[in-house]
Amino acid sequence: MKLNLTPELKPVIDGLAETFGDQLVDIWQSTGHTFVRIVPDSITSVCRYLHDEHRFIYLSDLFGADRFTTEERFEVIYNLLSLRDRHRLFIKTWLEEENPVVDSVVEVWPAANWFEREVFDMFGVRFNNHPDLRRIYMPEDYEYYPLRKEFPLLGVPGSIDLPGTTPDME
Amino acid sequence: MGIESALGEGYLTTRIDTLVNWARSNAAWPMPMGLACCAIEMMAFAGPKYDVSRFGSEVFRFSPRQSDVMIVAGWCSYKMSHAIRRIWDQMPDPKWCIAMGACASTGGMHRCYGVVQGVDNFLPVDAYISGCPPRPDAVIHALMDIQEKIRNDHSVMLDT
Repeated sequence: MKLNLTPELKPVIDGLAETFGDQLVDIWQSTGHTFVRIVPDSITSVCRYLHDEHRFIYLSDLFGADRFTTEERFEVIYNLLSLRDRHRLFIKTWLEEENPVVDSVVEVWPAANWFEREVFDMFGVRFNNHPDLRRIYMPEDYEYYPLRKEFPLLGVPGSIDLPGTTPDME
Repeated sequence: MGIESALGEGYLTTRIDTLVNWARSNAAWPMPMGLACCAIEMMAFAGPKYDVSRFGSEVFRFSPRQSDVMIVAGWCSYKMSHAIRRIWDQMPDPKWCIAMGACASTGGMHRCYGVVQGVDNFLPVDAYISGCPPRPDAVIHALMDIQEKIRNDHSVMLDT
C-alpha cells in the first residue's frame, strides 16, 4: 500500500525503517492516521528512539485488544503524540495467547504505569520491568480477565464477594 | 372520650406509637449515598425549588450516626458495595433505605461484571424509584412512601 505521509511524519517513518528495518512487520494508514506494527521484543528500543529522536514526548494512550485469533491473539496499542510537530503515530504489537508478555515502557513515559496496569487487569498481558504491576480496577484476588472475549458479559457469578447482610458480631 | 372531658380544655389523648411515629416520620434525615448522576437530582430534591424541608428531611447528614434514611443514588460497583454496607451498619435503628433510579434498583443499563445488579442484593430496600435519573418529584414521592411506612409501624408498643 502506498503511504501518503505528511512532510513531518516522513522522516519518522524513514528513520524507523532505517534503524529497525527487520523489526517492523507492517506499516499502513487508516482514517487519517499512520500505524506501525513491530515485533514485541523491540518495543522499548522503538519507543525510546521515537521519544528521543522524534520528540514523541506524550504517550496519549496505551491499551489492549483481544483479536480472538488462534495465533498472536492479544494486541497492545501505543498512541503517541508529538507536541512539537503536531502529529500522531500508532504503534502496535501482537502477543501470543499462551504467555502474553511485553516489555514495559514506563522508563520512557512514566504515564504508561497505570495504562499498563489496566491492560494487565483487563487482558492478563504482563509487562516486564513494570515497577508496580498490580490490578487497577478489579479486586486483587480476582481470577479472571474481564475484557477477554470468552469472559461472560455479566461476569462469573459469585466471583466477587458481596458484603454480608448481617452486621459483624464482634 | 371520657378522659378528655375529665382533663378539660388544652389536652388530647393519643397512643404513644402515634406520637413517636408522627415525630419520626417528619424528621427522616437522609444519608446521601450519591454514587453517580442521580446524586444531582438528589441535590435538586434537597434544594429550594423542590424543598424537601416541607417533609422534615432538609438536613442531609454526612454522618451515618445522625441519619435515618439512606438514599442510594447511582450505580454501585462491587468494590463500593462493601463501603455502603459498612455505612449502613453504622446507622442507628430504626433506619430505612431508598434505591434511587434504575441502576440502584436493578443495575439499569450497567449490565456488566463490575456493577451490582440492584443494591437489594446487600441492603434491605424499602422504596424503589424508577427513572434514569428520576425527577426530584419522584424522590419526594418515595420519601412520602417511607413516611407512610413509618406511620404504620409499631414503634414503641408491642403488637400483642
